Amino acid sequence: MAEGRFGIFGGQYIPETLMNEIHRLNKAYDFYKNDPQFQAELAELNKNYTGRPSLLYYAEKMTKDLGGAKIYLKREDLNHTGSHKINNVLGQALLAKKMGKTRLIAETGAGQHGVATATAAALFGMECEIFMGKEDTERQALNVYRMELLGAKVHAVESGTQTLKDAVNETFREWSRRVDDTHYVLGTVMGPHPFPTMVRDFQSIISREARAQILEAEGKLPAAVFACVGGGSNAMGMFYHFIPDEGVRLIGCEAGGKGVDTDLHAATLTKGTVGVFHGMKSIFCQNEEGQIAPVYSISAGLDYPGIGPEHAYLHSTGRAEYVPITDEEAVAAFEYLARTEGIICAIESAHAVAQVRKMAGSFSKDQSIIVCISGRGDKDVAAIARYRGVQLYE
Amino acid sequence: MNKIKEAFAKGKAFIPFIAAGDPDEETTVRLVVEMAKNGADLIELGIPFSDPTAEGVVIQEANIRALKGGITVKKVFGIVEEIRKETQVPLVFLTYLNPVLSYGKDAFFARCQALGIDGLIVPDLPFEEKGELLEESKKYDVSIISMIAPTSDDRIQMIAKEAEGFIYVVSSMGVTGVRSEITTDVGAMVDAIRAVTDVPTAVGFGINTPQQAQKMAALSDGAIVGSAIVKIVGAEGKDSVAAVGNYVKEMKEAVLQA
Repeated sequence: MAEGRFGIFGGQYIPETLMNEIHRLNKAYDFYKNDPQFQAELAELNKNYTGRPSLLYYAEKMTKDLGGAKIYLKREDLNHTGSHKINNVLGQALLAKKMGKTRLIAETGAGQHGVATATAAALFGMECEIFMGKEDTERQALNVYRMELLGAKVHAVESGTQTLKDAVNETFREWSRRVDDTHYVLGTVMGPHPFPTMVRDFQSIISREARAQILEAEGKLPAAVFACVGGGSNAMGMFYHFIPDEGVRLIGCEAGGKGVDTDLHAATLTKGTVGVFHGMKSIFCQNEEGQIAPVYSISAGLDYPGIGPEHAYLHSTGRAEYVPITDEEAVAAFEYLARTEGIICAIESAHAVAQVRKMAGSFSKDQSIIVCISGRGDKDVAAIARYRGVQLYE
Repeated sequence: MNKIKEAFAKGKAFIPFIAAGDPDEETTVRLVVEMAKNGADLIELGIPFSDPTAEGVVIQEANIRALKGGITVKKVFGIVEEIRKETQVPLVFLTYLNPVLSYGKDAFFARCQALGIDGLIVPDLPFEEKGELLEESKKYDVSIISMIAPTSDDRIQMIAKEAEGFIYVVSSMGVTGVRSEITTDVGAMVDAIRAVTDVPTAVGFGINTPQQAQKMAALSDGAIVGSAIVKIVGAEGKDSVAAVGNYVKEMKEAVLQA
């Protein structure tokens, strides 16, 4: 059996054409993750380019309003490029450079990962091509232009459902056409080994910082941490260093779309079943024939029919809990955070804020909770306006 | 008795591919019968998958057409039942792992054996993961067909040593689809395979013209053609049967001259 398993989940289910490349990547990552020089370069980038550590902000007004646990926000939205995606991208771009690659390709849903990858390519002087579902290029037109400003070529993917899963398909296809000089910067904790582990490691800086920050602020661990989950990279980053702390509840918030009793959602762990797709064994939204189901969310970043294998494992063991949040709840939370704390977060992150609104009151005042604000919401303002019936276009 | 060997017993083999259910079940049956009649030695029948990541646009679209027409794994087995009333041509399935897992591995392989499906090509099941289907493959004598790619290099021996049925030699980087030129050193790949096994080899990905088929068959034991045929089916639908038959005949004649 191949490496990279989390219980039964994970593995390397990809065409033979990519197997040697994936082994090369695995070997390179195994070496550089323990290389002090590599780690020092990455730490330097994280500090002076991204602006890490990101703040752990005490949301006092929200705490008072919800009347329960002290609420802290892990401010990944303040990173350069506006989301947690840069943590992973800088790690992979640096690794790709060490491997002698000169070209980066990536999929993107909301455009955050595409922007981060285009940014790293500009910084490292590498070629960059981004694959984005055609539907997503329309709902996130501003991010398309942003990537082009950064020197990337953006391909609108017209196959399948024209969203994130199809962008992933097309990026894998492109990688299998051209591996010698090209690294696929996978944007989340999914795909064939070593991606789920590697991306989680690069994102785990979120919980490494947050754990130290909360201990300093509160003198004890939080009662729970919250994060939104699409593929699951900010959530794995937010959960990882808390996994051994058994008293800390780990709560992932999936895209419930129009409701999990309709066909219009992307709530993989709530409604999905075990399968193999995109290089991994995990849980997927699929029909009884094993065909991958079209999924839906107001949030392009959560609009994915699968989830990273480590989440599937944490779900199967019960270590982490996963709940669906509807579009309506997410939009309400988006507006709530803006008015209460003066923070416009990404619609993805608003799914986690929505769950905090439901649960904060169930904790006592001497407890604390942390919610990962994975990205900022500038990109979503026009879509939220339209959701509320205001005809605003970018 | 596994019939894949038979397919390679009459000289160089010609192996066409079509997607089951494209444009409909009845036409698929007629296409297979017609291809067998015109010299196809082994036929690859694709079980459509929503997200075929190893396929180019032509076969992606065939999958979508078939799925829109309501094709299911159960219906594909129904198609094979009809085919078997008319021809005993060796057949293999090409599909992705997920539809097999969803149908149930044991039930899937049992049906394959009962209907004379002798092999299974699964593009997203590399050597490292083949344990996933090994038990059922042995139990029901349905070969898992190994693929070897231009990037396989040091993996060729490892894969070839354990190969069964035939070896699918991927001629080009990327995904399936017609190419004007094949630049990979296919001869060197086949030599490396033959150093460790006498399991026959067939070359696929990118073959379109009789000249290409002849050249690839000369380097190996056969040629596989998918997209070029699926294109005809895509353009002519139910009326494609005669044209596909003629194409297969021409290609079979070409490989026989290899």
